[in-house]
Amino acid sequence: MAEQKPEGKPQPAPKAPAAMAAVAWEDDLTRALGEEFGDRIREFASYLGQKFLVARPEAVVPILEYLKLEADFDYLVDLTAVDYPGRPERFELIYIVYSFARNERIRIKTRIGEGARPASAVAVHPTANWLEREVFDMFGIPFEGHPDLRRILLPEDWTGHPLRKDSSILAADQRWIKEHLGLEAET
Amino acid sequence: MPDSTYLDATELVLNMGPQHPSTHGVLRVILKLDGEKVLGTECVIGYLHRGVEKIGENRTYAQFAPYVDRMDYVASVSNGLGYCLAVEKLLGVEVPPRAQAVRVILTELNRIASHLIWLGTHALDVGAITPLFYTMREREEILKIYEKYCGARLTTHAFRIGGLQYELYEGFEQEVRAFCEMFLPKVDEYEELLTGNRIWIARLKNVGVLTAEDCKAYGVTGPMLRASGVEWDLRKAQPYSGYEQYDFKIPTGVNGDSYDRYLVRMEEMRQSVRIIRQALDGLPGGAILGKVPKVIKPPVGEVYVSIEAPKGELGYYLVSDGSTQPYRVRVRPPSFVNLQALDKMCRGALVADVVVIIGTIDIVLGEVDR
Repeated sequence: MAEQKPEGKPQPAPKAPAAMAAVAWEDDLTRALGEEFGDRIREFASYLGQKFLVARPEAVVPILEYLKLEADFDYLVDLTAVDYPGRPERFELIYIVYSFARNERIRIKTRIGEGARPASAVAVHPTANWLEREVFDMFGIPFEGHPDLRRILLPEDWTGHPLRKDSSILAADQRWIKEHLGLEAET
Repeated sequence: MPDSTYLDATELVLNMGPQHPSTHGVLRVILKLDGEKVLGTECVIGYLHRGVEKIGENRTYAQFAPYVDRMDYVASVSNGLGYCLAVEKLLGVEVPPRAQAVRVILTELNRIASHLIWLGTHALDVGAITPLFYTMREREEILKIYEKYCGARLTTHAFRIGGLQYELYEGFEQEVRAFCEMFLPKVDEYEELLTGNRIWIARLKNVGVLTAEDCKAYGVTGPMLRASGVEWDLRKAQPYSGYEQYDFKIPTGVNGDSYDRYLVRMEEMRQSVRIIRQALDGLPGGAILGKVPKVIKPPVGEVYVSIEAPKGELGYYLVSDGSTQPYRVRVRPPSFVNLQALDKMCRGALVADVVVIIGTIDIVLGEVDR
């Protein structure tokens, strides 16, 4: 507990991604994707042997569809987000896809700002349904075209999005104590 | 007389759970029914949400390790293994061969324990009470081994980042071998009770069918995917902890129904015993903990590491900002993703089948809700 991060205020922006020692990734797949999507894909890289690409937000669903139909990446493993409040585009969305035929896993990353409405991937991968609902619940990112965008893990009347960096565990506790017990919590 | 009565209703909305004996925890399913037929379902989850991912951001890497045991609490050793592997990958730490072999033994024992819980409760849901007592009896032996090894039975925290904390206790090998010896005939015994049982077949055959395409579309993994005929197991596809050294088969099904899932899980328990015996035979000596720095401070970066947990692909996506605490911990829980296929499996089934289908997915709500 001694190493508790400072609570209540936004975390300082990390130095990433410049400091991540990623290396370039180039093979047949990156060439095909580069041809198809051009400068809508900003970067092909790999870190510790794990490949990822960084794309513009509007290109993500077309890329998922292309990978599924043309390259056998037919299993959406996971869809999640990371919050970097210091950046101009604060959220990073991460899609992990796997190909049974190639036995290969790649990540598609994109960055979006507050208030952006990224397109839903449910039409391409039905499993994205609950995963997008969870990202909406935890980060407040609304997905355009999602069939049923509601909170999934938290109660419907919950306010806030807990996995945002400016939502702190301690502040929520103190609020609860003040509201229910009428006490000022020690800070 | 009123113009219409309740008897005229053609569609009925029925609430099942969260307090219902066969929802395996606090799962709430809203069913839309036409008589006995299910038109559609909706899951309401989150009753057990504890914010595990948020806690992870507020603890150091080592402090967070015990928390992951509380997700899939009947397979806590698998949870711990996945987390340790992810942090080790970020750190670039090499785990000594002895620690890897012990990890495999304990994880496979855990797979058996998890499948035993599934079998007992699933059979109980269907109406067979006896298997529950048998499976709990055998599971107890595994829990005793855990208790002797690390002091805990359920949420074990058996592994440490970089290897193991404890050396094996005196007599561990004999006890595990004795368990394997005792256990294989017990699996035959369960099968004798159920496999050819007319009621069991009538309740499970062609219930909750998923094709291989459905599984891939819904991200369903683990025994459910294999029962649909896809021979895919992360222990073979992308081996970790030295699984490539062991000789074992991936059991698969044909029809993708509840009965095939039952057969796949039964065979998996036998295969786990095979792996445990091989790991014991070739148990290397030497260190049990790799070169881990006193303060765990991985370089800036991100990794996704996944393992074949008893319920499917369990993944950890870790983002490090170079500090002592993870910047982001994401858990890819197999139960959560598999549960999403419930609606697909229930449509057109009968109310009684819903109970079977929930059982056959093998969910643990601690992991669904995290």
